[in-house]
Amino acid sequence: MTSAVSILPEQQLAALSDTYRSAVRRKRLRALLSTALFLAALTLAAVGSEVNLKTFFTHFGNFVGYFDRILTLEDHTRVWTNFGEWFWGWKSWLKLLGETILVSYVGTLIGAVLAFSLNFFAADNTSPAPWLRFVVRRGLEFSRTVPSIVFALIFVMAFGLGPMAGVLAIAIHSTGALGKLFSEIVENIDMKPVEGVRSTGASWLSCMRFAVLPQVTAGYASYALLRFEINVREASVMGFVGAGGIGQELVVAIRKFYYSDVSAILITIIVTVFLIDIATGWLRARLFGGEARS
Amino acid sequence: MTRLPAEDPARLRERYPDVFNRPASARLATPLMLALALAIFIIGLVDLDFSPSRLIAGISQLGWITMMMLPPDPGSSLPAYLSALGETLSIALLGTTIAAVAALPISLLAARNIIPSALLRFPVRRFLDSIRGVDTLIWALVWINVVGLGPFAGVLAIAVADFGAFGKLFSEAIEAADRREVEGIRASGGSKLHEIRFGLMPQVLPVIAGQVLYFIESNTRSATIIGIVGAGGIGLQLAEQIRVLEWQKVSFLILMILVAVAAIDWVSNRLRFAIIGRRAIA
Repeated sequence: MTSAVSILPEQQLAALSDTYRSAVRRKRLRALLSTALFLAALTLAAVGSEVNLKTFFTHFGNFVGYFDRILTLEDHTRVWTNFGEWFWGWKSWLKLLGETILVSYVGTLIGAVLAFSLNFFAADNTSPAPWLRFVVRRGLEFSRTVPSIVFALIFVMAFGLGPMAGVLAIAIHSTGALGKLFSEIVENIDMKPVEGVRSTGASWLSCMRFAVLPQVTAGYASYALLRFEINVREASVMGFVGAGGIGQELVVAIRKFYYSDVSAILITIIVTVFLIDIATGWLRARLFGGEARS
Repeated sequence: MTRLPAEDPARLRERYPDVFNRPASARLATPLMLALALAIFIIGLVDLDFSPSRLIAGISQLGWITMMMLPPDPGSSLPAYLSALGETLSIALLGTTIAAVAALPISLLAARNIIPSALLRFPVRRFLDSIRGVDTLIWALVWINVVGLGPFAGVLAIAVADFGAFGKLFSEAIEAADRREVEGIRASGGSKLHEIRFGLMPQVLPVIAGQVLYFIESNTRSATIIGIVGAGGIGLQLAEQIRVLEWQKVSFLILMILVAVAAIDWVSNRLRFAIIGRRAIA
């Protein structure tokens, strides 16, 4: 089957293809300009962060070698040939790991309760007063922008070394993060039940309890579980600044070059994080049947 | 005003048995779960040595620290702080870019529509997962052992940590791409590489660019903290000033971080809308 392709007359075609070419040229120029700008920014950044390719390449062997070393026991055999020697400290590590999980659990729960009590004031549609919304929102923003490890550093000064500082740091950060997510859920609810309840003369509190809450609990629980997952990771490094958990042990092992310990602790952390991911994923699927996932 | 006829409770019960006679498992599930959560919480508080006296002492100490923080004051080290902030931003930008460039080819290997064989995909995915399982701070410690203290270790730490995250995100973006454009290229006789270059990349690049921008933003935050373990940037100054109890400088540094993050937020939002238009980002 053949079909003739209709070709426009010369002059018309010339005008069209000129426009096309100039459009393409403009686009190319823009892409080229932004690439150049980006490369300039990168170069500036490279200078700023003291990138030294020579160090990098001369020491890159160290990086690969590091993994070689952390997988070697002191008697120069591979770690997996002698599990008892590799995981020699498993009792104390498991205890610290349990502490890490408890820190993130307690921190997440405190954060979730605080976020729960604050988020109705931060949401556009339920906040009783604009000034209150402004204040609560800025507060939540502050507590989520300051990294939790910075809070941990300050809390270690105030509350002393130990897991308490870690719990509070995680709680504050979770309050900020969950407060924003919770209030976004509230902003997406159906307002008709709220109007229904309000039309019966109910107070603000009853409106929240009987019209808003039934719509949002599933979403809240889902986000809180997700946050718990993230917090387990965060709690595993809280020990770096002395705020409890397994991080303390890890940082000592890295700094003092206890190579096989580093790999053993890292593997326990990775496996735990992995298991918790699976468990909370399963729990969320069970509780909410696939919906309210993000 | 007419009143609705009062319903007889007994008749209501009869008409809606499901509402009034829920099985015990459904009625008890929520309170039981709440009780369990509370029990673990209390065990946790005891196990982590929470005591009211410690809490009160700590809070009063914290109140004192907050008083000491006001007003924020950099003292004479403002130039040093500004250059540290510049260092932090450099670390975030460079680290994220390196991660994105390195992750793009790997993500192709982890995408179902490029590599159909699960046997080949599986090790790549697990590899990316285990990189992601290790925190940026831990990577920073490892790189400090390799290239020494300083911001370069931070760049490499962020690059490695994000490499894992990007690999996963990019491969998801690639899997979500429309098949028809790829098939069109194949129908016109394009090779496998042509398919990827002309069928896939135009679809996924805007999504990827959005994600990279988002990560630059969130890495500004990560880059502030990796300094705490000695990998350069403003975190180094912050940790030092906290350790020597210069609270006015601490609050000034925190303020600087907040302003920088807000500025990056604003810029990257503008850029993102310019790249992908005003629609939701996956």
